[in-house]
Amino acid sequence: MKKISKITINEKWCKSCEICVYFCPKKVYDMGRFYPEVARPEDCIACKLCEKLCPDFAITVTPPDKAESRKK
Amino acid sequence: MDYLYYLREDKMPHIWCDGCGHGIILKSILRVIDKLGWEKDDIAMVSGIGCSSRTPGYVDFNTLHTTHGRAIAFATGLKIVKPNLHVIIVSGDGDATAIGGNHFIHAARRNIDLTVIIYNNYIYGMTGGQASPTTPVGKKASTAPYGNPDAPFDISRLAQAAGAAYVARSTVYHVGKTDRYIEQAFLKKGFSVVEVMTPCPTSYGRRNKEGNGVEMMMFQKKNSVGVERAQKMSEEELQGKIITGVFVDKEQNNYLQRYEEVIDKAKQINQ
Repeated sequence: MKKISKITINEKWCKSCEICVYFCPKKVYDMGRFYPEVARPEDCIACKLCEKLCPDFAITVTPPDKAESRKK
Repeated sequence: MDYLYYLREDKMPHIWCDGCGHGIILKSILRVIDKLGWEKDDIAMVSGIGCSSRTPGYVDFNTLHTTHGRAIAFATGLKIVKPNLHVIIVSGDGDATAIGGNHFIHAARRNIDLTVIIYNNYIYGMTGGQASPTTPVGKKASTAPYGNPDAPFDISRLAQAAGAAYVARSTVYHVGKTDRYIEQAFLKKGFSVVEVMTPCPTSYGRRNKEGNGVEMMMFQKKNSVGVERAQKMSEEELQGKIITGVFVDKEQNNYLQRYEEVIDKAKQINQ
């Protein structure tokens, strides 16, 4: 069973610049009406590029705990 | 890492427009500080006036927001009084090379142990999109509605010629490179300059039909050339390209060391 990383978007700080939508190498995001939506969280490889490129400090990616996945 | 630890959360969200790259550079700075394990109280961030110079308002270090172009002058005083402080200057292209142009070149000549991070977006964004010293020829600005006739400054080459100990240029798109250069600049004992190209979709992109922040970052991705590769290319091929990489990385006596020597000499003569 593949662990899914947790992606949170702070909608109070997001300015809808769409940088995360275009630069995600796995195209995890879709643009919603106002804010990006995490459409395919199972595709996320936790590279954290969206987190690094988000100018508004709005995205946080928490990768699945490595220690836990190793046990299984 | 937790960015919020270094931020003044009550000041957020910041004033920078959607698609502006300034936040990405601030994140790079915070990541490097986190990696180096510097204490918040050991850092002083100094800035002048402009969009980029709003940065110290959002970070929880010792911060100083000074008059237009004089950030380096204030930082020099700070560094001499408290040599153990890590003094970081954030400045825009206009702030550093037009209004503060003399401070910039003379600080580089003196080689004071400061780190200057220049956010280069080709324009004065905050005051309404006037042409700055780095606006390329022919590009439109509010003070140049038919195209800018002036030749632009190359900030990295300017710093190199003025005698800085470390000079590098990166773009907002190349976050890994930016992190690496900022880290090297922080660790350098001497005047170090990191120029980061950042998109200004509101004042520059809109007037010059270069699109939003995403399209301007795609432009950076497609048009960046490394220093080594650029040496093999001709002038025509380099037109409109952004040369990235480390331009200078050298060891030389910095101002504080030389000043100590002067004090010692003066003491000996007066005894």
